[in-house]
Amino acid sequence: MKNRVGTVRVKRGMAEMQKGGVIMDVVNADQARIAEKAGAVAVMALERVPSDIRKAGGVARMADPSIIEEVMKAVSIPVMAKARIGHIIEARILEAMGVDYIDESEVLTPADEEYHLLKSAFTVPFVCGCRDLGEAARRLGEGAAMLRTKGEPGTGNIVEAVRHMRKVNAQVRRVVAMSEDELMTEAKLLGAPYEILLEIKKNGRLPVVNFAAGGVATPADAALMMELGADGVFVGSGIFKSENPAAFARAIVEATTNYKDYKLLIEISKGLGAPMTGLEMSSIAPADRMQERGW
Amino acid sequence: MTKIGILALQGAVREHANAIKKCGVEAVAVKSAEDLQKIDGLILPGGESTTMRRLIDTYDMLKPLKRFISMDRPVFGTCAGLILLARSIEGYDGCHIGMMDIVVQRNSYGRQINSFEANLDIKGIGKAFPGVFIRAPHIAEVGEGVDVICEHEGRIVMARQDNLLGCAFHPELTDDTRVMLYFVKMVRESVATRNKS
Repeated sequence: MKNRVGTVRVKRGMAEMQKGGVIMDVVNADQARIAEKAGAVAVMALERVPSDIRKAGGVARMADPSIIEEVMKAVSIPVMAKARIGHIIEARILEAMGVDYIDESEVLTPADEEYHLLKSAFTVPFVCGCRDLGEAARRLGEGAAMLRTKGEPGTGNIVEAVRHMRKVNAQVRRVVAMSEDELMTEAKLLGAPYEILLEIKKNGRLPVVNFAAGGVATPADAALMMELGADGVFVGSGIFKSENPAAFARAIVEATTNYKDYKLLIEISKGLGAPMTGLEMSSIAPADRMQERGW
Repeated sequence: MTKIGILALQGAVREHANAIKKCGVEAVAVKSAEDLQKIDGLILPGGESTTMRRLIDTYDMLKPLKRFISMDRPVFGTCAGLILLARSIEGYDGCHIGMMDIVVQRNSYGRQINSFEANLDIKGIGKAFPGVFIRAPHIAEVGEGVDVICEHEGRIVMARQDNLLGCAFHPELTDDTRVMLYFVKMVRESVATRNKS
């Protein structure tokens, strides 16, 4: 019988294999090699890390394919890349390049302010950001095979990722505890597809893995997100904007695996040098908050 | 009660735990060398083999894992776990645990867009087993003591060498328990042999 590619199981399964791991933003082959050596389970190839995108302003787009190719050649771990929300062609280009996962990401400037990508139409799997269960379920309805909190990218401030992880998990627990005849109204209230809520109720959890993202700057931040129920961690600017990227990368990987071993976390956190400079949320105007992008 | 451990450093640990429980066996997360003392058999799950190796070294588990295998305890490696077991990895110097007499090729089907599902006929297990291949390796060569138990499109995707079992696909991602039951039987037989002697 013929091999079946791009099935839901193959797409979601790929993300399952990343569990307990750290996915790191990189902008070139050297950074990708540092990430792989530190034990990253995947890298996200970008033209600029989120904190630089935030500084630069203007329109942020898919990276130059030559950067992504360079990263793909440099490492054997999976390579992810970002497409703008709703930008069908950026996503098709990344798929044609053989990128292993696409992040339909609010870090880039949205191409469509009404519709997200129909991710089920692609062979390549997608990860999407979410702040609550309604948003998570809509992305799953469109075919996302992996979720992550949005947090507030490029800030080095964990507060928004914490808010989003807590919210989604609280709402999942609520759905699981509900009786089935209450689910349709809950679907209406959340703006979530009914079938997804039914699946959550049946399995007692989200049907895909949910990573933390947006503001992880220290090993303790990564461990905190694991403690709150994240399946793994994305680190954007936190590594290569720190004083000692290789040490930070290794420390964040170890903290993610051993988030309950507090004595080890002491050792891991020692002498790393300065983390990236953080941004307080009140200093970011609502219009400049990337998490507001997406519908 | 029979206890099967799952190396819980990174990867599809939860899925294996669920699959083992479905077979009526207790699942134990193995995070340190001490945990190996508590179990009758071990699963090396899917994940990223390079990441797992780094963590194995960080927690000084390479020697204890080799010792566990030397004591004839059954070990089942799936996907990345298969790579950890292999004597040799194409294109790389050295190996990880390296105690199964096979040569593997990593990512041998290409990138994630080439990941696939296919039905497999497995010797001693049955026909039409749902094989889920995710950035999967394959077994390029086997040594004399290795029994090839499944091939797909001319590539070896599952093999057994005494108490070592390895496959390139992910039985834990399916509801079909046949492959897992096969390993559980290996573990139970090993426990019975140990109790006799």
